Amino acid sequence: MTGPKLEQRIEPEEELALPNVLTTRLDLALNWFRKSSVWYLLFATACCGIELMQTGGPRTDLDRFGAVFRSSPRQSDLLIVAGTITYKMADRVRLIYNQMPQPKYVIAMGSCANCGGLFTPSYSVVNGVDKIIPVDFYLPGCPPRPEALNEALIKVQEKIQGEPWFKKIKVAR
Amino acid sequence: MRQIADWIILNLFGVADAGSWPYSWLVYLGMMVFAAVLAITFVAIFAGPVTWVERRVAGRIMSRLGPNRVGPQGFLQWLADGLKNLLKEDLIPDAADRPLFRLAPHLVWMGMFGAFVVLPFGAHLVAADLNVGLLYILAITSLVVLGLLMAGWASNSKWALYGGIRSTAQLVSYEIPTAFSLMVIVILAGTLSTQEIVRAQGGWPWDWFVFRNPFTFLAFFLLMTSSLAEGNRVPFDLPEAESELVAGYNIEYSGMRFLFFLFAEWANLWIMAAIGTFCFLGGWQIPGVSPDAIDALLARSHGWSWSWVGLQALSFAIFAIKASWLVFVVIQIRWTLPRLRVDQLMIACWKYLVPMTLVCILGVLAMALLIPQGGVLDYLIRGLMMVVGGALVALFLWRARVNYMLARDSYRKMEGRELWFPPYRLV
Ligand code: SF4
Repeated sequence: MTGPKLEQRIEPEEELALPNVLTTRLDLALNWFRKSSVWYLLFATACCGIELMQTGGPRTDLDRFGAVFRSSPRQSDLLIVAGTITYKMADRVRLIYNQMPQPKYVIAMGSCANCGGLFTPSYSVVNGVDKIIPVDFYLPGCPPRPEALNEALIKVQEKIQGEPWFKKIKVAR
Repeated sequence: MRQIADWIILNLFGVADAGSWPYSWLVYLGMMVFAAVLAITFVAIFAGPVTWVERRVAGRIMSRLGPNRVGPQGFLQWLADGLKNLLKEDLIPDAADRPLFRLAPHLVWMGMFGAFVVLPFGAHLVAADLNVGLLYILAITSLVVLGLLMAGWASNSKWALYGGIRSTAQLVSYEIPTAFSLMVIVILAGTLSTQEIVRAQGGWPWDWFVFRNPFTFLAFFLLMTSSLAEGNRVPFDLPEAESELVAGYNIEYSGMRFLFFLFAEWANLWIMAAIGTFCFLGGWQIPGVSPDAIDALLARSHGWSWSWVGLQALSFAIFAIKASWLVFVVIQIRWTLPRLRVDQLMIACWKYLVPMTLVCILGVLAMALLIPQGGVLDYLIRGLMMVVGGALVALFLWRARVNYMLARDSYRKMEGRELWFPPYRLV
C-alpha cells in the first residue's frame, strides 16, 4: 500500500523543575470535565460494530459516563475502530481520523483492528489499524464483549485525567 | 421592564414625568442591558440542565440510566459537555467559506435569542411589551432559516447543503400553520401584544384560551405540532437525519461553534413551550389575583414593596412550571416517535395542518358570533373542554403508572428484589 506514513505521537513536554501548582490543579479540574464528555464516532466496518452498538444499550450504558455517539467526526473525541480494515477502507479511516479535531483518542477494537485477526493472511486486509493511525488502546477479542469496550472507555478516561492539558495543546498547535 | 424603569425614575430620582426628564434614556438603556444579561443568563441556565434532563428521560425510555457520573446523579453533565467543547480545537475546513462559516451560528443564535425580548415571564417581567409581539416572534425567528442555510452552504459539503436546504423548506412551510394557529389567539384576545394576550385570559383553567372552545383546543395541539417542526425536533428532525445526512447542516462544525447550534435548539425548546403557555395556558396569571391589582401595587408603592416582589416571583414560578411541563412533554415525544420522511413531512403540513388551522380560525369566529361571552352556554363548553383536557392529563399519568408497574414486575422477575426508582425517574 502506498499509504501515508506512520504518524508520530505527540508526547507531552517534560515536567518543569518547579511544577506550577495552579496549572496542575486547573489541569485536574479541566480533565475531570473533559473525561466526562467523551463523544465517540459512529464508525463500524465489520462485525465488531454490532458489539459497539450493543455497548450503547441498556446493559453497558456508555451514556452513564457522558459518552454519546456523534455521527460527524468533527464533533467526536474518540474513534473506536470496530472491525476489519481493508486497504480500500484504510484511506477513509485515515481521512476520518484527520477530520477529527484535537484532542482525539483511538481505540482499536477487536483482533482485526489490532493485528488483522482472522484475516491476517488475506491479500486485502490491513494487519492492524496502527499501521495507518496512532492507537491509544488495543482491545483484544473476536469480538470483545461490551463490558470490555466499557473498560476501554474507562481506560481512555484515565488517560485523559492524567494528561497535562495545557502543555499538550501547546505542543500540538 | 418599562414600568419598572418608570418606577425607578420616580422613586430613585424623584421625577414624576419620565417622558420629559432629559436623563430617562440612561435609565432605559441601563434596564435594556440588564434585561439582556438576565435573558442570556436564563437561556444558559435553562439550556444546560435541560440537556441532562433530556438524556435522563431518554435513558428511562430506553431502560438505560443516562449520565450519572458528573455531580449528583450526573447533574453537572452539561458543564462537562460545555467545557469540553470549549477546549476542543476550533476547526474550520479549508474548503469552507470562512466568513459565512463563522457568521452562521451567530445568526441562528440571534434569531432564537431575539424572541426572548417579548416573552412574558411574569406580571411585569418582560423585556419589551411590543404591540406587535406575536408578529415580532414570527419574524425574528425567521433569521434561524438564514443561519441554517448559511451554515449548510458555507460548509462546502453536500450533506451540510442538503441539511440546510431541507431545514429551509421545512421552516418556511411550517411557519404557515404556526402563524395561523396563533391567529386564533389574536382573534380571541384582539391584540398582538404578548402581555395583553396573557391579560385577556385568567388564572383559573376555565379562563385559559385552550379550554375556551373545541377549536382553540385543537389549535393548541396544531401549534405545538408545527412548532416542533419549526424547531427541527424529532419527529421532524429531517435536517439532522443521521441515517441520511450524517449530521445535517452542522456536520462541519466542531467545538464551541457546534455548541451554539445546540444551544439555539434548547433555547428554542423554551420559546416553543413559552409561546404555548402564554397563548393558550394562561401564561403567568395567578389564580385569584387580577393583573390590575399587581399594576396598582407597583403604582401605589413609593419605595420597596415586598408584596409586589412576591407576586412577581409567584407569577414567574407559575409561568415556569407550565412551560417546563410542556418542555418535558416535548422531550418525551422526541424519544418515542420515529422520524417522518420528507414527503410525509410536506403532506402533513400542506394537506392536514394548514386546512385544520384554517378550520380553527373559522370555527373560532363562528363561536364568537353565535355564543355570547360569559353566558351559560359559554361556560358549559368551557367545562366540557376542561373535562377533555383533564382526561388527557389523566391518561398521561395512568400510562406513566402502567409503565412503572411493568418495569417493576420485570425487575422483580429478573433480579428477585424490589425495584426502587427515585421519584424523578417515575415519568
Ligand atoms: S475481530 Fe472478530 S468480530 Fe471483530 S471484526 Fe474482526 S472478525 Fe469480526
